[in-house]
Amino acid sequence: MEVEVIKGLKFQKKQDVAIVGAGMTSFKRRLNETGRELNYYAVRQALEEAGLTIDDVEIVVLGSAPDAFDGVHMKEEYLSDGAGGFDRPYMRYFVGGGTAVFAPIAGYFHVASGLADVCLVVCEEKMSSCHPHPQSAFKYIWDFFLDRPLKPNLIWIFALEMRRYMHVNNVKHEDIALVSVKNKANALDHPCSHVAEKITVEDVLNSEPMALPVRRLDVSPPSDGAAALVMVAAHKARHLTDEPVWVTGVGWSLDTTWWTNRDLYYPRYAAESAKMAYKMAHITDPRKQIDVVEPYDPFDYKELHHLEGLGFAKKGEAPILTKEGVTQRDGDLPVCPSGGLLGVGNPISAAMGVKACEIYWQLSYRAGKRQVAKEVSTGLCQAWGDLMQISTVMIMSNKR
Amino acid sequence: MAVGKRKIECPLYAEGTAVSEEDIKTRKVTHYEDHPDIRYSWTAGQAISRFLNGLKEGKILGVKCDGCKRIMVPPRMFCELCYKPIDGWVELKDTGTILTYSISYIDPDARPLPKPIVVALIQIDGASQNMAIMHLIGEIEPEKVYVGMRVKAVWKPENEREGSVTDIKYWKPLEG
Amino acid sequence: MVAIVGVGFCGFNSTTPDLSWKEIVYEAAIKAYSDAGINPRRDVDSFVTCEEDFWEGVAISDEFVPDQLGAVVKPTCTVCSDFLYGLATAYMQIKSGLAEIVVLEAHSKASDLKTLGNAIRHAMDPIWLRPISRAHPYYLAALEMQIYMCERGLCEEDVARVVVKNKNNALLNPSAPYAANVKLEDVMRSPKVFDPLKKMEIAQTSDGAVILVVASDEVARKLTDTPIWIKGIGWWTETNSYDTASFSALYAYKAAKMAYKMAGIANPVKEVDFAEVDDRFAFKELQHIEALQFANKFEVARLLRDGYFDRDGVIPVNVSGGSLGVGNLLECTGGQKTLEVILQLRGEAGKRQIDAEVGVAQVWRYLPTFSGAVAVLGV
Repeated sequence: MEVEVIKGLKFQKKQDVAIVGAGMTSFKRRLNETGRELNYYAVRQALEEAGLTIDDVEIVVLGSAPDAFDGVHMKEEYLSDGAGGFDRPYMRYFVGGGTAVFAPIAGYFHVASGLADVCLVVCEEKMSSCHPHPQSAFKYIWDFFLDRPLKPNLIWIFALEMRRYMHVNNVKHEDIALVSVKNKANALDHPCSHVAEKITVEDVLNSEPMALPVRRLDVSPPSDGAAALVMVAAHKARHLTDEPVWVTGVGWSLDTTWWTNRDLYYPRYAAESAKMAYKMAHITDPRKQIDVVEPYDPFDYKELHHLEGLGFAKKGEAPILTKEGVTQRDGDLPVCPSGGLLGVGNPISAAMGVKACEIYWQLSYRAGKRQVAKEVSTGLCQAWGDLMQISTVMIMSNKR
Repeated sequence: MAVGKRKIECPLYAEGTAVSEEDIKTRKVTHYEDHPDIRYSWTAGQAISRFLNGLKEGKILGVKCDGCKRIMVPPRMFCELCYKPIDGWVELKDTGTILTYSISYIDPDARPLPKPIVVALIQIDGASQNMAIMHLIGEIEPEKVYVGMRVKAVWKPENEREGSVTDIKYWKPLEG
Repeated sequence: MVAIVGVGFCGFNSTTPDLSWKEIVYEAAIKAYSDAGINPRRDVDSFVTCEEDFWEGVAISDEFVPDQLGAVVKPTCTVCSDFLYGLATAYMQIKSGLAEIVVLEAHSKASDLKTLGNAIRHAMDPIWLRPISRAHPYYLAALEMQIYMCERGLCEEDVARVVVKNKNNALLNPSAPYAANVKLEDVMRSPKVFDPLKKMEIAQTSDGAVILVVASDEVARKLTDTPIWIKGIGWWTETNSYDTASFSALYAYKAAKMAYKMAGIANPVKEVDFAEVDDRFAFKELQHIEALQFANKFEVARLLRDGYFDRDGVIPVNVSGGSLGVGNLLECTGGQKTLEVILQLRGEAGKRQIDAEVGVAQVWRYLPTFSGAVAVLGV
């Protein structure tokens, strides 16, 4: 059955929204700092870049994934001090891994609605607190009755999705492995990276099997980390900088919980979320109109899967883009120039640091060694999560 | 106040002190351990209860919706696409087709399993396109599993069934 | 302006063994959609749900949200907070032009959670607070109550009267499982389980769901003749630790200030007709009445005694029976408060109907937090 089209949106926002500062901590398997301290580092850096102090912040948005990682119930309350949430309106959003881009989307509507002019968006994840392994927390994401009795590991669903993608589109593992090779190499230029290294396709194909077809080097490593963004109204942005980066489109979409009832080869939720964002940003041909992309890449096949869902390639053709080098940093459509989750690390929601923050840095030409070769004006970041259900998309532009 | 200088390279600096697993074990890093005891007893609800009771009797039950004409499994009380109550129950076959599979080497805590297991999405015969459940595959070498393979449920003996998805031990290749 | 055009609820019951939480939500959603006269698959632009992982027992509770709301492949998000925070989110999404119709959901299936105390304990700071004691964390409320009573010079009866008022109010509410015809002596006789906190002063948990349909000005006028307007909304985090807290509900005061400012309310006593405040511990109601500026801090107890906050008083508080009468609905507590305000404003509150045009719903994020939200609704 055809999924119904999202109803026409009106887009009569109160004010335009710009990003003027971003910050992130190191992404490492285990950091000594508590979640609060990580938040503090990220926030301090973002405010420093924006040229603001915490007193200028009117409202705070926190994005953080399962409480089970930190081992704290209602962790937004626990994390509030480091995030700058004391003595101001403070709210947490959580859409699984999709939080990495949903938190900035929430920041967007906090400002666009006119409720606040300066909004601080903070994302935190402290996965290492969970024992024996961060994956243990994922035991509790499954359906109580249908899945949990089978004692599933998190990787299963992705392995199933990857196999389906490979089968339907006739894609080979070596074509997918190229993504891991590219992203891990890109990450060599990222100061916060966790597992940046020069590897080859053979390394990926010969790495330790986890849940085949997923092997160790197909997966991004669990990490601790935090990231922050400063989002402001247009009139504030004018005071702060000559080169703000504007948010021109947002979109998100959540698919059914019955994940075993969907054909996993194509992410229709990503397509729907992109449709919403493209409509808002007046984008009709993403491949031509968007210059740099940061799709969510916790697994190498996911980058390809998402590129197809977002409309950058036809179904099954994203591997060709990768093979031809189009998605390299000096290519025509740089994808994950930061190194992505595969290279920098995957602290679930704090992946905002390599998604939304990276697009902001790329569009303001401040990504340093990671800066893509081509001239950029519009960028897209995307995140994904839950039971392979949700996609969140944000489009930014350095032209208003 | 002015930012936006092109020369600044971001992120400004990488903060955070990396520690290793070893540091925790040897208590080089100060930490506090907690083993929360939080227990739940989830009510299965009407649809899933009936499904689980069906398994106890050796039947796989699905539901149908006259709106979108789908026959769905796992069953639900309402069709999520048409957003209306379902229009009845159907008994499905205990055979199916593998839509996708994985050979898993790790347990839920990411520890290695003694022997890899095969997990698959099995489209149940009698249900609509893509109506699958996740389950295990047995009685076959992992390398020999393929997408499109026909499989049949292997049930636990009747007296051992308890109304759980594990009442089906696993699915085995359907000969012929 | 943003308006509430449809409301539906299911419950509230102390336990619901026959239905899963999804089925409870479905029941409430169907009612809300028919009340608003909309089809969720066609008309709704965005869905917002409010829940916390550990209340549900799922590590990513957002996963299980869409189907029962009709939200499959639609913009849907989870707010890890109370229902009123979700209302703020719906408000912002409409105000920013992202949506015209937003559906807001919160539920409680507290009866599924067997160890409420341990779940609350899990919310405490893992390094500072948790190691101190394995006692049931209600003791935190007792600590706060002790300070509050000393500072305000309250006696035990002053707090006990809240229970008497609310449980009796609840008698007229058909969906209040903890309604009781109690007298002051009964409450005073109730054992002090966490001295000075008495057993009857603690709201017990209950199950239920509340769904709202929220719409933009233009759409609301098309859909209904009786929209309930969201005049003001505010939320605030004071602090997260017991060593810096004010113990006088500063979070509620600040949240109310934000909401009142938005609503253009300068004098709450005159401009607000009634309120539903968080009373999950009886003393919290007094604190919150104070924070909402219905009484100054040394008058609250006297005014309560004089019947100022009774159903027929000057500013009726918790006409529904509050959480002491209806039960602690976890993240849906704000939902129950908002529901009551809406029913009263629409004139659909049955036997407990009062005459009102502006109502306030207020909620606290429960132990061990110092955060909360306030909404001002009006016709």
